[in-house]
Amino acid sequence: MRCVRGEREVFAGLDFVASSGEALAVTGPNGSGKTSLLRLIAGLLLPADGLIALEGGDDELTLAEQAHYLGHRDALKPALSVSENLLFWQDFLGGETTDSAESLRAVGLAHATHLPAAYLSAGQRRRLSLARLLTVWRPIWLLDEPATALDAAGQAMFTGLMRDHLARGGLIVAAVHGQLGIEARELRIGAAS
Amino acid sequence: MTALAALIRRDIRIALRVGGGALIGVLFFLTVVVLMPFALGPDLALLARLGPAILWLGALLSSLLTLDRLFMADHEDGSLDLIVMSRTPLELACGAKALAHWIAAGLPLVVATPVLGLLLNLDALATSAVALTLLVGTPALTFIGMIGAALAVTLHRGGLLLAVLVLPLSIPVLIFGVAASQAAISAPSSFGTPFLILCALSLVSFVIGPFAAAACLRHGLD
Repeated sequence: MRCVRGEREVFAGLDFVASSGEALAVTGPNGSGKTSLLRLIAGLLLPADGLIALEGGDDELTLAEQAHYLGHRDALKPALSVSENLLFWQDFLGGETTDSAESLRAVGLAHATHLPAAYLSAGQRRRLSLARLLTVWRPIWLLDEPATALDAAGQAMFTGLMRDHLARGGLIVAAVHGQLGIEARELRIGAAS
Repeated sequence: MTALAALIRRDIRIALRVGGGALIGVLFFLTVVVLMPFALGPDLALLARLGPAILWLGALLSSLLTLDRLFMADHEDGSLDLIVMSRTPLELACGAKALAHWIAAGLPLVVATPVLGLLLNLDALATSAVALTLLVGTPALTFIGMIGAALAVTLHRGGLLLAVLVLPLSIPVLIFGVAASQAAISAPSSFGTPFLILCALSLVSFVIGPFAAAACLRHGLD
């Protein structure tokens, strides 16, 4: 797979496989194309060359429709309350969903459901985004530096969530700088120094 | 359907909350129309003759003002990525967003028209004619403007580009909207013909707008 953004080749000759129940940690220096790789998988960028294929998924749906993308930006509306934000994504994304109040409890935001998202701290915003992954079931999680802004308890909680997801047969591709927190195969991209 | 209803509900809710911007369009419309009598002077006959054109210009400019944010906010906070990835076809999602935008920003213009008609010395018939043409014509402005809003997002240029792109496409709507309103005031010309063309323009924009906007968004995201 090759990725070109604005005349500049980000990476080329990338070839990898990830299977269900497995976590893949994408590592590399800043600007090496970790985010670009995730966006390619999510269908938000087109590969200059190469192919991304999902085997054994739902044939009726594209890969992007079976994936969650958790990017740098939280996709939260400051004017809406915590539960309104989550309920919107639950209704809009559809598919197999679980109780949103339950997932808010799981990420530790049960006390703040009526607060406007504008009042949340960076860590709480991240937790709310994670609640979206729990509420709406998607087998593939594409996470871009997911543990940013989470405190120690939050990271432990998030590690547990990822373990549960893998146990259900999910697949995780995460761009990270440090450790992902769970056993993960490492995919190193960019200029290896 | 749940997904589209959720999207419409969310956009209207955001628009109506503090800082949402639904009122900005109406306030701008109000300002433009209220200033006109002061600029033109107290010639009642002249005001009545220019009234429909002034109301239509005000509506066109205020819809441009608010369209800027149609996709920009979702692009900035990453929601647009998730909307593109979702199982809802992007064309339908674009249509739903435009509909929500029209309900929050276009419909209030129609509601405000009877009040502003008084300031322009329009009689009841003329005012209702203008309100009716705005009711039919403003959806076309929204759906055409949506194409410009999608382009503005993907090209990373804000309001000015939107105005340059959208204004030429809006001219037919303006022409037939004003023509129909004028026809209702002066007896000899027919109201039906320009009004039906205005309806046709709206219907065409319902079809072309969502597809063009979705195509812009798909190819321009990065």
